[in-house]
Amino acid sequence: MSNVTERPKTKLVPVPSHSVIPERDADKRPILECSHLGIDFGGLKAVDDFNLTIGRTEIAGLIGPNGAGKTTVFNLLTKVYQPTRGTILLDGMDTSGKTTAQINRMGIARTFQNIRLFSKLSVLDNVLIGLHNEMDYNLAGAILRLPTYWRGERIARRRALELLSIFDMQDLADHEAGSLPYGAQRRLEIVRALATNPSLLLLDEPAAGMNPSETAELMENIVKIRDTFHIAVMLIEHDMNLVMGICEGICVLNFGQVIAKGTAEEIQSNPVVIEAYLGKKKEEG
Amino acid sequence: MVLSQIINALQLGSIYALVALGYSMVYGIILLLNFAHGDIIMVGAYMTFFAVTNFHLHPVFSVVLAVVVSTLLGVLIEKLAYTPLRSAPRLSLLITAIGVSFLLENGAQMLFGADTKSMVQTPLIKGGISIGSSSISLAAVITIVVSVAAMLFLTFLVQKTKLGKAMRAVSEDMGAAQLMGISLNKTISFTFAVGSALAGIGAVLHIGSYFQASPMMGSMLGLKAFVAAVLGGIGSIPGAMIGGFAIGIVETLVTVGGLSTWKDGVVFAILIVVLLVKPTGILGKPVTEKV
Repeated sequence: MSNVTERPKTKLVPVPSHSVIPERDADKRPILECSHLGIDFGGLKAVDDFNLTIGRTEIAGLIGPNGAGKTTVFNLLTKVYQPTRGTILLDGMDTSGKTTAQINRMGIARTFQNIRLFSKLSVLDNVLIGLHNEMDYNLAGAILRLPTYWRGERIARRRALELLSIFDMQDLADHEAGSLPYGAQRRLEIVRALATNPSLLLLDEPAAGMNPSETAELMENIVKIRDTFHIAVMLIEHDMNLVMGICEGICVLNFGQVIAKGTAEEIQSNPVVIEAYLGKKKEEG
Repeated sequence: MVLSQIINALQLGSIYALVALGYSMVYGIILLLNFAHGDIIMVGAYMTFFAVTNFHLHPVFSVVLAVVVSTLLGVLIEKLAYTPLRSAPRLSLLITAIGVSFLLENGAQMLFGADTKSMVQTPLIKGGISIGSSSISLAAVITIVVSVAAMLFLTFLVQKTKLGKAMRAVSEDMGAAQLMGISLNKTISFTFAVGSALAGIGAVLHIGSYFQASPMMGSMLGLKAFVAAVLGGIGSIPGAMIGGFAIGIVETLVTVGGLSTWKDGVVFAILIVVLLVKPTGILGKPVTEKV
């Protein structure tokens, strides 16, 4: 990624800049291309003119002070909110007019800032719900208990346990999701999202409430997930060690506007970013 | 005597339980007290009545007809009356449900007449079994067996299939479920379809046990099933079953005690006591505020 503090305001269809995505993805179509994305809440432009391109196997970070509009961007990408302006292309396909469920089937999965597991259901059932669209039997199959039903459920179950084993959680399959310790609930949310077979995984503050050793483990796991599933990951995070440690491209948001894009080094030394986080300095050191 | 009263209680209770399930499932998924649910039973009962009396269909076909019409009616009501109000305040939905209920009751009066239609006992459900000194009607046995089978099947559907899991997911967190790729419209329609199909079965069993259909029959039956659902814990499927049987047993006990004119009063007294003492019902989960 390069420093894009000066954004062209009038350009309508920006050509995805190859410099902003990792080299290994440069020759492939980006998984996500947002152009001029924006949403108004009443008179407030919660997000405005948001442009971002993410490579197929990139780990991207979305950072910014509280209230900058980071979660709003996730909600726009997943169509929890319908954008007021702009387009989102997922793997080159326009997502306008799609519902949240359709977006998920197209390939975006997410976790939540405050955990939203199906807490009264078992760990396994949570993952199986993620696998909902992977099971290809219908109502008749279930009623008559046709072989398609048994096969569908058996394959899904095996797949669910396999996914749980990424985080070494297969032994917890029968526990109630709400009874798990906090860190395990966060991991289960990631597993559940992965179960929907995404090509882009959105993680909303995955390290929130974790201690440094848990965070270090999480960082390894995010990289492992990217390497195993060959998917793109976009994360919102306040833990700068995590963001600077694993994100290849970082986008900084303030008051709904992108104020900087670039690599970790570029962002850390960007005066506009430092100002947004710490306030204006008299002198740059 | 005791045995036949136990059978009576279970027979009545299993019909309440089937109807209560529909209330509970719909409440569980969109927090709507679907007051039109009882009237779906009325329509189902009329279907059975016409199929047997006017068209002389085989009872099995009349059963299928009643269940299919009830299911379609339930889904139709959901699509036309409730889907447009999905983001409206809950009170608007509730009032709409009462409106739909009035529409069905008065529509039935207009189409079928206000009088009670009595059905001749059909060969399939005539007869009985004698055990010792008491005789048990075959209709009662069929009612109980079919209800229990329907409940077992529902439990399987909800616990062991992806459709049931989608229902439970939507019921717990509608937003998160959609983000897991679950279609809200399909899941809600499916819930209405299953609830209404159970009501259809309940309708057939009701007319098979009491041989009558009238435009207002769904109103009292529906209200009592609602009490059963609240007693068991609204939104809970096993709760609806327990509540249904409990109400059936209480009503039978009151009747046996010679106070049959009091039985409706006792049922509603139970509602008041539940709401005062344990508003979440027997199996209801305590309400926690989401922050």
